Order: sequence, then structure tokens, then C-alpha cells
Amino acid sequence: MSGKTGPVIVVVCAIIGIWYGSAVMLNTAFQKDIYARGNVEWTTSQLITDTLAQERPVLPAPHQVAAELYKTTVLTKVTSKRSLVYHAWITLSSTLMGFGIGSVLGILLAVGIVHNRSLDKSLMPWIISSQTIPILAIAPMIIVVLNAIGIQGLLPKAFISTYLSFFPVTVGMVKGLRSPETIHLDLMRTYNASNWDLFWKLRWPSSVPFLFTGMKVAIATSLVGAIVGELPTGAVEGLGARLLAGSYYGQTVQIWSALIAAALLAAVLVSLVGLANKVVLKRMGMAQ
Amino acid sequence: MTFRNTLALMAAVLCLLALVLPMGNVAGISLSLWDDTGLLFFALVLIAAATGIISGKLTGRAADILMLVLPHAGAWYLLARLDIADQDLQSGYWCLVMASWLAAWIFVDQLSAKKPKTLSLQRLYGVVVPVLFGVWLLLLWEILVRGFGVPTVLLPPPSMIGVRFAASTAILWADFQQTFLKAVLIGYALGCGSAFLTAILIDRVPFLQRGLLPIGNLVSALPIIGVAPIMVMWFGFDWQSKAAVVIIMTFFPMLVNTVAGLSISSQMEKDMMKTYAAGYWQSLIKLRLPSALPFIFNALKINSTLAMIGAIVAEFFGTPIVGMGFRISTEVGRMNVDMVWAEIAVAALAGTAFYGVMNVIERACTFWHPSFRNG
Repeated sequence: MSGKTGPVIVVVCAIIGIWYGSAVMLNTAFQKDIYARGNVEWTTSQLITDTLAQERPVLPAPHQVAAELYKTTVLTKVTSKRSLVYHAWITLSSTLMGFGIGSVLGILLAVGIVHNRSLDKSLMPWIISSQTIPILAIAPMIIVVLNAIGIQGLLPKAFISTYLSFFPVTVGMVKGLRSPETIHLDLMRTYNASNWDLFWKLRWPSSVPFLFTGMKVAIATSLVGAIVGELPTGAVEGLGARLLAGSYYGQTVQIWSALIAAALLAAVLVSLVGLANKVVLKRMGMAQ
Repeated sequence: MTFRNTLALMAAVLCLLALVLPMGNVAGISLSLWDDTGLLFFALVLIAAATGIISGKLTGRAADILMLVLPHAGAWYLLARLDIADQDLQSGYWCLVMASWLAAWIFVDQLSAKKPKTLSLQRLYGVVVPVLFGVWLLLLWEILVRGFGVPTVLLPPPSMIGVRFAASTAILWADFQQTFLKAVLIGYALGCGSAFLTAILIDRVPFLQRGLLPIGNLVSALPIIGVAPIMVMWFGFDWQSKAAVVIIMTFFPMLVNTVAGLSISSQMEKDMMKTYAAGYWQSLIKLRLPSALPFIFNALKINSTLAMIGAIVAEFFGTPIVGMGFRISTEVGRMNVDMVWAEIAVAALAGTAFYGVMNVIERACTFWHPSFRNG
């Protein structure tokens, strides 16, 4: 097992094993309680099967979560409010919107910072400290306030995603736009290139790999922003709302399935950006 | 035309506009700039200064001092103007606001163009420029919110938040204790500490390294904040559940970064340690840990903000009646937006200070790293 696949599979199996073990351990107390109340004689094997099949377990077993996922994605109609695909789509749309606005904003900020020295000196420290403000914490207020002035629907949630996702793009792009070496810049100068040409023909192309690295982080944080943005809307729709509703009604299986769905969504989004990265770099002749 | 000249030209044009445009209505009587001596004086001096800058006559220290005093004196007059009751501010006033902001920008531009000789002067400029930016952000916020009469329920002016902050320090301190001193710090220490130890364990077993790293990378990108309701269910409403969320959120970034950092030292350096007959622990402590420090501090800095977010968001899912997240969600419900903003200010200060402390420790520990060398 010299590659990565073997070890990863082993570790994943180990995690699932630990998950089953903890599910049995954590659910035992409640199951014993049920047996004691019903005066049921029980054996260890029966205890184990029962702990893995509770309706509201402390920790649901992987197969329960998988069954719930299957039920809410494949067996339910996509348009139904019980369908996880429906909720994931709600979250995905605000994620993508926030990601789009955030990336554009991030690129514009980076261009400004690279080309204007007073912006560089005054803005850069604030951009860094803007991320030390726990924006997720004020997400509910932003949503309530934007609702009050009549902005509803996607935009308020997308705003939080934007705030989170512009940062990695800006930082990456500032690095990228500054990545051309002095020798290249000098060459452009000898061609009498204008600032405009310098930007489009040298700085922009050489910043593309940095842009994608930033965007990979940005899309992941943008999903987090969208999920948290859904919490204060009162558990109506979206993966975040499923989490909140699940926690209100003690539906642990629902919480876990929403969590896994969010994780899958994140993995798909990040790998899509990664794929776009590969394709674009190949087209630009920059692939290694 | 340089950037500074463009700014000066725009400021001068705006001041000229302010001379002719109406400034506002007080109790139905229309006012112009000529009725306010202070602001009129400001506008005239600014026009003179802008002409001086464009014609190249105003340079050096005189320009610095003038552009330091002028926009801030102007802002002071503009703020004072807001206190007059029953008024309706019009375009002339906003032209002056823009002009004074542009003047401040000219000052920042002059400061950023300087190449100070001594290190302390360089540091001073490095602090003054961003601070000025922050000050102007607050000034514009105050002037715009009060000038346009934005309802305080939507966005209170900074002065109102400041008053509320000063008036409710006891509550804010209690929330800070609950959320930051208990949940964040304990969770952060446990999360980062356990991840660090796990990374050293993994480092000894290459199999685990190959198996866990891809998963760790994946998990770092996942919305882990979603485990918050589960943790609240398991560990109860008090700070323990929040600390648990913080532990899970901080674990993977720390793990991935530490493992990456431990593998950064080159083969040549490792070989040299071998020629010194250094054992595993000696080479770990003397070579590999020090060279991993930049990565470890990177994770510590990322985690400092993640920990704040984790603890506050976890409080949305159930909490005792104290804590920053609790206060934010309840005061939003009661429309006490100034209290929410005061709480946000605490969170921002705590977050920035936490990050800053990590930065200082990093500089002290990794002074040898190329990115901190000067010149």
C-alpha cells in the first residue's frame, strides 16, 4: 500500500467502525431504560441491534443516516419540502450567488490594492482584520435588518457568503497580480506597454493559478455562510434550516443527514473548482 | 496627472459646487454655505490647498501638516452641523463631506509615498495609515447615517453604539467571560493541543499520514459548524458544548498544517542531523518542530477566528442566559440594535486582539524566517 487510496480506505473504514462503536455506546443507556420500563429480557446482541435502530438516537448509526439520505433524496419528489435535494438547492443557489459576488469583489479589491499605493497601505490591514470579526455571529442581524428594508430571499444570505468569500480571493489575487518577476515587468516596459497592457497581458494571466487557489477556499466558506445565514430565517428552507428544525424536534437522524448532505455538497463544489482550475490552466498552457 | 492631483482636483470641484449648491433647510428656511462661517472657511482653504497641490507649490512638510489638519477640522465642523435639529441636509453639504474625505485621502497618499529611513518611523506610518482609514470609516458612517436620517433600528450611528457600550460594560463583560474566556479559550487550547499531539503521532506512522491527510484536508473544507446542534444536544446548554464545537472546528486545520510543517525540512538538513547521531526526538525538537513553526502559527491564526465563530454560532442552538451569541440573538429580537452592535464591537475587538497576540508570539518564535527579515 504505497499509494494514497489504500490508506484512505483503511482510515475511512476505521472511522465508520468507530462511529458504529460509539453509536452503540452512546445509545445503550436509553435502550436499557426502555427495556427496564417494558420489563423486557435482553441479550447483548439484541441490545446492539436495537441501539442501532432507535428512532431518535443520541448518535444515529451510519446506515440510518444513509437510509434517511436515500429516502429524502431519491424516494421523495424533488419539489417536495421533505426532499433534501430541494433544501440543498436553496442553499446551493445562495452559496453560488455569494461566491460569485464575493469573487468579483475580491478581484476588484485586489486590482485596486495592486495599482494604488494608498489603498495598499490603508486597506490591506482592514481586509485582514475584517475576517477576525465573527461575521457569522451577526448573520441573523444582517438578515433581520435587510428584511426590514425590504431585501428578502437570496440576497441577505448571499451577503454573508460574499463577506466570507471575498477574503481568500483578495489575498490570493494580490499575491498573484504581484507574482510577475521584475524581469518580465521590465520586458513589458521595453515594449512600451501601457499599464492596461501590462495588466491584461502579464499580471492577469500570471495570477490565474492564485485566483483558483483562493476560489477553492472561497466556495467552501461561502457554503458555511449560506448555511449559517439560514438559521435565523426561522427554519423554513435550506440545509441550515434542516439543522435547526432537527435540533428543535430532537430529530438527530435529520440533523446528521443534513450535515452529510452539506459535506457532500462542499466536497463536490471544491472539486468542481479544482476541475475548472485544471481545465483553464491546460488551455492557457500553464499546466504542469 | 498623478493620482494625488486627481484627488485634489476632485476635492476642489466639489468645494466649488458646495459654494453654489443649497446646503440645507432649517425649519423651512433655505441655507447656503455662506451662512456657515466655519464650513465656508474650510471650503475656501481646501480650494486654495488643492490649487497649491495641483500647481506643485504645496509640497513637503507644509503639505503634510495642512492635509492632516484640514480634513479633520472640516469633519469636525460637518459633525457639529448634524446637531442642529429639524434640518434637511442637501447636496451642498454632501459635496463638502466628499471633499473632506478626498482631502484625507490626499494625506494618506502623501504618507504612503514616504520612504522613512528609520524602522520606528516606518512602523509609525504602518500604523497611522490604516488607523486613519478606520477613523474615516467611522466618520462617514456617523455622518451618512445621521445626515440621511437612517432609522437607528436598521443601523445606529457609531456614537450611539459607543454610548451603549460604555453604559453596559457589566453585561458585556459577563458575556465575554462566558463565551470567550470559557468556551473559546478552553476549546481552542484543547483543540489545537490535541491536534498537535495527533500530528506528531501521525508523523511517526507514514501509513496514517497518507491515509489521514487527504481526509483531514477534506474535513477542513466542510461546514463543520453544522455539528453545533449535535454538540448542544450531547453536552448541554453551558459552555462545555460550545467548547466542544470549538475543539472540532480547530482540530483539522491544526492537524493538516502541523503534518505539512513537519515534512518541510529538507533531506539535507535531516542528513546533517543524522551525522550528528541525533535520535528521533532530538531531530524533532531541534530541527523539525522549529521549521514547522510557520505552518503551526498559520493554523493557530486561522483557528483564532474559527474559534470565535464556532462558540458564538453554537450559542444560537441553546445556551444559558449569558453569552455573546445569546445576547446577539435576543437583542435582535427586541430590536435593540445598538446593544447588538456593542456586542459585535466586543467580538471584533476580542477577535482582532486574539489574532494580534498570535501574530506577536509568531514573530517572537519565528524571527529567523525569511518573511520577517528586513531588507
